[in-house]
Amino acid sequence: MTAAAGTPRPERLRISALSSALVGPFDLVAGRGECIAITGASGSGKSLFLRLIADLDPGTGEVFLEGTPRRHIPAPAWRRQVVYCPAESGWWDERVAHHFPSAALGFVRAQAERLALDPTLLDGPVLRLSSGERQRLALIRALALDPLVLLLDEPTGALDADSTALVEAELQVRLQAGTLILMVTHSEAQAQRMAGRHLRVAQRRLVTP
Amino acid sequence: MTPILLTPFDIAASAVLLVFDGVLSLALRLDLHWRLAIAGARMVVQLVLVGFILRVVFALGSPVTTLAVILVMIAIAGREVAARPEQRLRRFGNYAIGATSVAVATLLTAVIALTTAIRPHPWYDAHYAVPLAGIMLGNILNAASLALDSMLGCVVQEKAAIEAQLMLGASFRHAVHGLIRTSLRRALLPIVNQMSAAGIITLPGIMTGQILAGMDPLEAAKYQVVLMFLLSGGGGLAAVVVVYLAAVRLTDDRQRLRLDRLHAKGT
Repeated sequence: MTAAAGTPRPERLRISALSSALVGPFDLVAGRGECIAITGASGSGKSLFLRLIADLDPGTGEVFLEGTPRRHIPAPAWRRQVVYCPAESGWWDERVAHHFPSAALGFVRAQAERLALDPTLLDGPVLRLSSGERQRLALIRALALDPLVLLLDEPTGALDADSTALVEAELQVRLQAGTLILMVTHSEAQAQRMAGRHLRVAQRRLVTP
Repeated sequence: MTPILLTPFDIAASAVLLVFDGVLSLALRLDLHWRLAIAGARMVVQLVLVGFILRVVFALGSPVTTLAVILVMIAIAGREVAARPEQRLRRFGNYAIGATSVAVATLLTAVIALTTAIRPHPWYDAHYAVPLAGIMLGNILNAASLALDSMLGCVVQEKAAIEAQLMLGASFRHAVHGLIRTSLRRALLPIVNQMSAAGIITLPGIMTGQILAGMDPLEAAKYQVVLMFLLSGGGGLAAVVVVYLAAVRLTDDRQRLRLDRLHAKGT
């Protein structure tokens, strides 16, 4: 999808004066099916921005999802709808399969094959996964929730060009289905390919480059 | 059943063995003789002092002084629990958790023991209450401090794993389940070991003391069995309170993991 900037879309996420002790304040309005690339130097606060949206760090300000303020939604329910995928994924069990709801394993296997992952990886231990495999499986873990908003922190940072293309194609499918994606990336080319809008984080604030 | 009373000469004779340690340290240049001397002197002063205090407390026979002595012991043990972990919770969180867990576990198990299993008259008789609380405190301190050390240490290491679950919409309670399980297991393992080893590898302190004081070994064994059960209950209770209070302080009303409330010792 080539998201034409300026096309009016139904609002999905509204961020209003969101800030923590370390970053912000941030203001942003983003629509359904939009992909927004976020760039900025290391340590500029890009990840902290995404963590704030997912309500993982304490802060002030408000975020609205389809018009509903965050404080009216219980935190776990919020994080199932507004899912943050960090650059370094966390794993809490020895076995890969235990990180997915058992009801979703069919979806997970199909998705794994589309991202060129060997489905038998699911039956093995996390320790045997390469960093690229971890990154793709962590993305699938998030996609399995079918969230309204995806907050992706360098989603292809550990991937080669082929895998990157597969992940981007999968994300395009999601965008078409209406998912809003905020994507931190270090690749200018990826921002060009994926995003309709491009924002920079500089001095802990959002700026338009 | 009259115990053999020790004379100053008996004590001096046993002290010769400490002198032997000192000589060993000098001869092998272990550089421990000075520390041995200080520790030995400290031990004598502390125990004699405690003996005097207990004599006074026993003579008074007042529940108020008995409770006061036990509370002082609890406060010291609570401080020990708070001081062990490398990580500290802000706003004296370690101290609050240490004191609360030790107090709850000690008072509850001691009262249960004194009103059901041991039953002296009156039930708060200092002859029973103070030594019982002392023994309980040793184990409770151990369990509580292992639990707190494990909670605060592992939560830092497990940050990515815990937050990964939160990011996917898990409740905080669910996300820290593994951490809580590990911490409780660590806290309770010494109690399991202690019970398994009792009598075979070690002769427990109380039983030894009562046999030395002239009690029938079987009676002493029964006492020890009751005590072991109390200790395991007290240790388990203290560990549960520690783990629960620590978990509450590590999160907030939005079920975040609040590692910003932790700081390393000395910072």
